[in-house]
Amino acid sequence: MDLILPDFGLLVWTGLVFSLLLFLLAKFAWKPILNAVNTREEKIAEALELAEKTKAEMQALKAENDQILKEARAERDLILKEAKEAATGMVEDAKGKAKDEAAKIVESARQTINSEKAAAMAELKNHVASLSLEIAEKVVRQELSSDDKQKALATQLAGEIKMN
Amino acid sequence: MQQAGKFSSLLQIIVFALSFFVYQPFAKASEEENFNVGEMIMHHIKDAHEWHIAGPEHGGISVYLPVILHDNGFKFFSSKHFYHGQKMEVAINDSTSYHFMAGVGPAEGYALYHEEIYKLDAHGSLHFVGEHPHNSTPTDLSITKNVASLLFGSLLILIIMLSVARFYRKNGAVAPKGLAKFLEPIIVMVRDDIAKANIDKHKYHKYVPYLLTIFFFIWINNMLGLIPIIPGGANLTGNITITLFLAFCTLLVTVFSGNKNYWGHIFWMPGIPVPMKIFMIPIELIGILTKPFALMIRLFANITAGHIIVLALISIIFINKNIAWAGLSVPMALFISVLEILVAFLQGFLFAMLSALFIGAAVEEAHH
Repeated sequence: MDLILPDFGLLVWTGLVFSLLLFLLAKFAWKPILNAVNTREEKIAEALELAEKTKAEMQALKAENDQILKEARAERDLILKEAKEAATGMVEDAKGKAKDEAAKIVESARQTINSEKAAAMAELKNHVASLSLEIAEKVVRQELSSDDKQKALATQLAGEIKMN
Repeated sequence: MQQAGKFSSLLQIIVFALSFFVYQPFAKASEEENFNVGEMIMHHIKDAHEWHIAGPEHGGISVYLPVILHDNGFKFFSSKHFYHGQKMEVAINDSTSYHFMAGVGPAEGYALYHEEIYKLDAHGSLHFVGEHPHNSTPTDLSITKNVASLLFGSLLILIIMLSVARFYRKNGAVAPKGLAKFLEPIIVMVRDDIAKANIDKHKYHKYVPYLLTIFFFIWINNMLGLIPIIPGGANLTGNITITLFLAFCTLLVTVFSGNKNYWGHIFWMPGIPVPMKIFMIPIELIGILTKPFALMIRLFANITAGHIIVLALISIIFINKNIAWAGLSVPMALFISVLEILVAFLQGFLFAMLSALFIGAAVEEAHH
């Protein structure tokens, strides 16, 4: 029967020892242990969060880099295109100019030729005129060398005038 | 082959030593009367004023614990003055007589009967009515076997936990090593699976130290109880006084943590008709007490039963008075002892778990 009856002395000792144990453990054991465990758990959680954040940041950075690269590439293409266009333009220009110049040169050559030709023609004309005069003089002189001949001519000329 | 030989000879030595240690206490008893298993077991699972190690019941190798009595002032003396006192006999009739030990020296005037201290009457004897003496008793505050075990167990817990705490204090919040590595998962288990799982997550912090203390107190003392020799072997957590006290602590924590919602559910149960509400009040009030009462009985019965089974299995040898029975009883006792290691943990876990559950119910906010 006394197996299931509480004993006063043991109850007093239990109360005393257990209360003291609870107090000492709570103050000197559980508090530092739980604090350390909590701190570590927080640290780990923070580290994990940071890793996650860094990962996201890295991803954003990579995306940004890709974007920049893409843009750079596009710009390069644009510049190349422009350069090509400019080069083509320049060549075309040069060609045009050359053509114009050539045309000009040809034109001026033609003009020169024409003017030279005109000058030559004029000279030729003059020459021919003077030659004709000389020939005419000679002919005239010969024609007028005898009286007969002078008479014939005068007749001829008179005839000619008559015809008019 | 040689190894097997070595092993069997080792076994022989163990069995021989065991028989020497265990058999001796009852050698004398069996000569006088038949070996009484029930008496032996009851003697082992109950408290005592000595810590018996080996040899016959009186006069064997024993640690005599201090007796502290409050009887018109405090009296301190060793229990040796009882165990080595004067053997007295009170004959009621021809067939029944009671034996008790009258104290000598500083224990003069007191008697020890079934580990209970009585004051001797004017005739220097005990006055028996039925099976129990009707003499007055002094207030017994002795360091009994259970008190000594309690002190040792508590000191052990304190040393272990303070050394773990020292590790964290010295190293800060780092990965645990050594003892801390072993105990941290258990501490975290009590915090997360017992406290956090059952108590509101904003309020559980306050109860973690209590739950941790109660869990380790029960677990470590259960384990100490499984050690067959001093400083273990006391049936501390299988003592109704200890379980009563622990259950009472949980009751106090629950009652003083109870919020409006908790008391509202007890005195004016919502959601049922008024006559039922009135009817429920006494039931709920009894419920406050039955919960810790169940805690008390569960721990007491489990641990005491474990001790009884191991002792009963060992007793098979002495009932049959043949060492060959050890071949059956020792493996069976070993099996039960291993099972008891599991039970030791489980009972500590259950006690803390149910305490957390009751506290959790007491601090729970109303669901709206």
